[in-house]
Amino acid sequence: MTTNGGQGDLAAELRGTTKRFGDLVAVDAVDLALTKGEVHALLGENGAGKTTLMRILYGLTAADAGTIAVDGTPVTIHAPRDAIAAGIGMVTQHFSLVQPMTVTENVILGRARGARLDLEAARRSVEEAADRFGIAVRPEAVVAELSVGEQQRVEIVKALARDCRVLILDEPTAVLVPQEVDTLFETLRLLIDEGLSVVFISHKLGEVRAISDRVSVMRRGQMVGTAAGDTDERELARMMVGRPTFGVDRQEPLWHDGEARLQVRGLSASGNHGLAALHEIELEVHAGEIVGVAGVSGNGQTELAEVLSGMRTATAGSVTVDGGELANTGPQEVMAAGVGRIPEDRHASLVLDLPVSLNLIMERIDDFAPRGRLDGAAIEAHAEDLIERYRIKARPNDRVATLSGGNIQKVLLARVLSRDPKVVIVSQPTRGLDVGASEYVREELLARRAEGAAILLMSEDLDELVSLSDRIIVLYEGRIVGRIEAADADPEHLGMLMAGRTAEAPA
Amino acid sequence: MMFFADIFAATFRNATPLVYGTVGETYTERAGILNLGVEGTMYAGAFFGFAVAYQTGDPLIGLLGAIVVGLIAGALMALMTVTLGANQHVSGLGLTIVLIGISEFANRMIFTGGSLPRIEPMPLWDPLADMAGPLGTIANQYGLTYVAFFLVVPISWWVLMKTPLGLAIRAVGENPEAADVAGINVFRVRYIALMIGGALMAVGGAFITLSVLGTFTLDIIAGRGWVVIALVIFGRWRIFRGVLGALIFAAVYSLGLRLRITPGFEDIPNEVMLALPYIFVILALALSGRNVPYPGAYLKPYRRS
Amino acid sequence: MTLEARRMAESRVGRAGMLAIGAIVTILAVSGSAFVIAGANPIEAYQAYFITPLTREFTLLEVLNKATPILFTGTAVAIAFRAGYWNIGVEGQLLMGAVAAAGIGQVVEGWPTLLVLPLMVAGGALAGAAWALVPALLRVRMGIDEVVTTLLLNPVALLVVQGLLHGPWKDPETGFPESPRIAASAEFPPLSEFIPFIDRSRLHLGFVIAVVVIVIAWYVLSRTSTGLRVRAVGLSPHGARFAGIKVERTLLRVALISGAIAGIAGVSEVAGIQFRLTEGVSPGFGYTGVVVAMLGGLAMPGVLLAGLLLGDLSVGASSAVRSLQIPSQVGDVVQGTLLLVVVGAVAIYRWRTTREDDRPPDEGEPQPEEPPGAPEGTAPVEEPPT
Repeated sequence: MTTNGGQGDLAAELRGTTKRFGDLVAVDAVDLALTKGEVHALLGENGAGKTTLMRILYGLTAADAGTIAVDGTPVTIHAPRDAIAAGIGMVTQHFSLVQPMTVTENVILGRARGARLDLEAARRSVEEAADRFGIAVRPEAVVAELSVGEQQRVEIVKALARDCRVLILDEPTAVLVPQEVDTLFETLRLLIDEGLSVVFISHKLGEVRAISDRVSVMRRGQMVGTAAGDTDERELARMMVGRPTFGVDRQEPLWHDGEARLQVRGLSASGNHGLAALHEIELEVHAGEIVGVAGVSGNGQTELAEVLSGMRTATAGSVTVDGGELANTGPQEVMAAGVGRIPEDRHASLVLDLPVSLNLIMERIDDFAPRGRLDGAAIEAHAEDLIERYRIKARPNDRVATLSGGNIQKVLLARVLSRDPKVVIVSQPTRGLDVGASEYVREELLARRAEGAAILLMSEDLDELVSLSDRIIVLYEGRIVGRIEAADADPEHLGMLMAGRTAEAPA
Repeated sequence: MMFFADIFAATFRNATPLVYGTVGETYTERAGILNLGVEGTMYAGAFFGFAVAYQTGDPLIGLLGAIVVGLIAGALMALMTVTLGANQHVSGLGLTIVLIGISEFANRMIFTGGSLPRIEPMPLWDPLADMAGPLGTIANQYGLTYVAFFLVVPISWWVLMKTPLGLAIRAVGENPEAADVAGINVFRVRYIALMIGGALMAVGGAFITLSVLGTFTLDIIAGRGWVVIALVIFGRWRIFRGVLGALIFAAVYSLGLRLRITPGFEDIPNEVMLALPYIFVILALALSGRNVPYPGAYLKPYRRS
Repeated sequence: MTLEARRMAESRVGRAGMLAIGAIVTILAVSGSAFVIAGANPIEAYQAYFITPLTREFTLLEVLNKATPILFTGTAVAIAFRAGYWNIGVEGQLLMGAVAAAGIGQVVEGWPTLLVLPLMVAGGALAGAAWALVPALLRVRMGIDEVVTTLLLNPVALLVVQGLLHGPWKDPETGFPESPRIAASAEFPPLSEFIPFIDRSRLHLGFVIAVVVIVIAWYVLSRTSTGLRVRAVGLSPHGARFAGIKVERTLLRVALISGAIAGIAGVSEVAGIQFRLTEGVSPGFGYTGVVVAMLGGLAMPGVLLAGLLLGDLSVGASSAVRSLQIPSQVGDVVQGTLLLVVVGAVAIYRWRTTREDDRPPDEGEPQPEEPPGAPEGTAPVEEPPT
């Protein structure tokens, strides 16, 4: 690992940057200096403000205060156009690619000038950029048909094709397995050698220490400090969280009865594009147990959760809860069987424009409407009860849309868990939540487990998965490729399974 | 044989306003916006095209007037849906109501309610005039029809598929965030798409007054604007396929008209024949089934978040 | 802007007030210009259009009369739009209701009124619902956009009317395309029969039925479980489905009810005003219904007010033709402008308000795809680049 940076010219500098969203101060008078030719990591927990800060630099968000200078010259950035003109490129977490178009069309988007689209020349320039930086892309491929890793490469080529001198990567490894991460890091080093400077947003300590020259740590919107890339892990964690972390907590396995509460047999299903997303899945969850499903996003967890929630049809197989068949029924039948579902797309799974009180009864409207008429008093009382029990910071009549992410998740939890479900299907429960809310959610899940619920947990956060689960199943390309006890889980091994490599095949 | 030639000829003629409208609305919807103001835009194009032609004595200037009206209509729709982000269904319907109202108001003001004067319509073009027989009949079309099929359609396809502007329009309709990040001004591109669309629709309406009739009547568009909406979906937002839909609709319509005076078919009420094209379009939509590839950002106003 | 004005602008009530004022000013300006072009004094014209109809008993009752059909269609549209079902075929559904009324009206000669009137209403409702069925099924079973299918059936409905009027229902004596008059027992009684001090007004039972329908619709939408389901489906189809609501079933029901109410509008016109079927039975009541629904904010009390407003406008416009020589088409211009300005003002209000409730981008929130025809969501907003 090189030790560039700390001295020398500044590739980019932000000073006094501030951004508010309503009452929340997302970025609070932050200074950041990026030296030329360094890999600078921006580290922090979910909600620390790292993404917002970089979106300001790239013009996707307007700051309320602060200045930006690129290569020593002050610049005003209102839109990505301006950032691109100043030599800044960004690869966002959700790719900015037009799916039905080809790689070439995506790369030249916004850059083509004049009357004619010279696709031939564009294709050649894509190949050149790819070769020069050692990035493998196929110019004629349609983006929608590419894997996630390939799409990320297209994003990088896009930025490079615009002669960016500063490249921002927002959580680039979130969608990659460990081996692909290595490839990415090699690419970044090549870019540095070519004279680029890189900002690397991440919440993963290990990667940050592996690749960066310097690390800037943000916490709750503020810049805590900048340190060398090889700073001690515990020190960085302390800067991130404000207290020393204790590593990963392990659960005591609970005694659970032999009968499986949830049984899935031979389950197959198709994804949104008609291709098979699940192949003959077999799994079981017992009462008082958490089974975690590991796998890189796009390998079937979403579809699995959707089928088990009654939101997607299965093409084959069965899903039974205490013997009752639930596959290809619907959400109502699934809930009636005692299954609680905490979905990953929480904004879409609630009715944001309706108040908290109505959302809380949405799964059981008839219970609150004797003879068809809504019982306002009962609905309000029910809401107040759940608000107190689940510590939701809202009033019954507040529109859900006005709540913070953490409180929205609590509304979902309250709605689902207050019915004491026998089985819980939960997806990405702490995505986008701050530390306090995440801890609360995890405690709730563990409490349910202690009370005998059978929980199937899908999470892209491996640490969370390993600390909460009793057993772990690994999904790869819609198939189960590994089953291990969580106590035996080893990140390296999990990573290989998630990348589709079995123990026998050499790396 | 002449029967079929007549129908062929009538098909191209009747399809012309639909072709202009469909190409225009395809541009608009490819940019992600449903413009229900087609009916009103065609109506306004028809009236103002005629009025300007009458006042100036030159149908070509009238055509220009129609184009200007179409550009304004498109810009107005863009103001509502792109800048203000208002509900697209309602904005379009409101636009249709306003445009028809303004046209009829202006009609009252300019022509004071008597019967409308007739102007010399734009001439037919008959390149194969000396050729008798079916081909000669078919080739005897209005200039604007030739312009539609041989100029507007291929050029608009080429612009949409082979130029940076077309690429930007398609990107904006599929994934405006990606286009924005790539440095494209989403709002400006949508304005352009709506204005191009509006101009074409207005020409489609003006065709009827300036070329076919030489005058203006109330209910001149008679719901063709709504048909355009269906044709764009039938055409899967592709220029050529949309034009094909327009031709099929016009063919069924022309066939129905012709059959009314054909021996053996007189007993069938006129209205059944006239209803056939609409039923046909609904059937076509039903048969094309699910998973219609709507543009990704269809109906969603774009806001940075 | 002074500090005072700026502080007002920042408060939500202040903002709504300022937008309302801005909207009114724009409408007055545009319609004022139309009045001036028509060669009339704008102040006199405003008075004639909006105030005068309310000042005399006869014209006031006529306002209610003119409002009747659009109260029905406005309700029909509002209910559908609330569910996210874009029923633009209200015009055609109304026509089919009118056909049913004319048909039933011709065969019930001599039957008692108390039997015939409910029969007429039921028949019209059934006809309207039937006309709404096919597009609804296409949407629910095949995901086909109902905007297009409902829209295309409007001209077909008109052709059905014309076919009947030029064919089997052509008046045998005059040869005009109008149906024979309906039986006396099938006529909606004028309200002057029940309310002694109203006389010489055409206001008929239809108005009462319209108001009753609005009240029922309001109650169902805001106070019942069915109404909650409809609202949830309209605001978030995915969220509603996830919570166990049967979305397709809800949409189908809403579509049929919407068509039924539109059908009753047709019955009201035939049985209350025209007493026969004519080609001009609906001068666009269905489309005006969309205006009424939107001006009313898709809420029933709003629909009532908006319907009355447009009824007022309609009476004012036709009387101004005589008194001020302003062409009746100006009324359409005012109506259309009213709609656009209100829709635009609402959009501005929502845009500025949601800015305050902005939340920071949640890291990693995928958005599911909405089926075509679903209302657009309200994403947090930022200032677009100029």
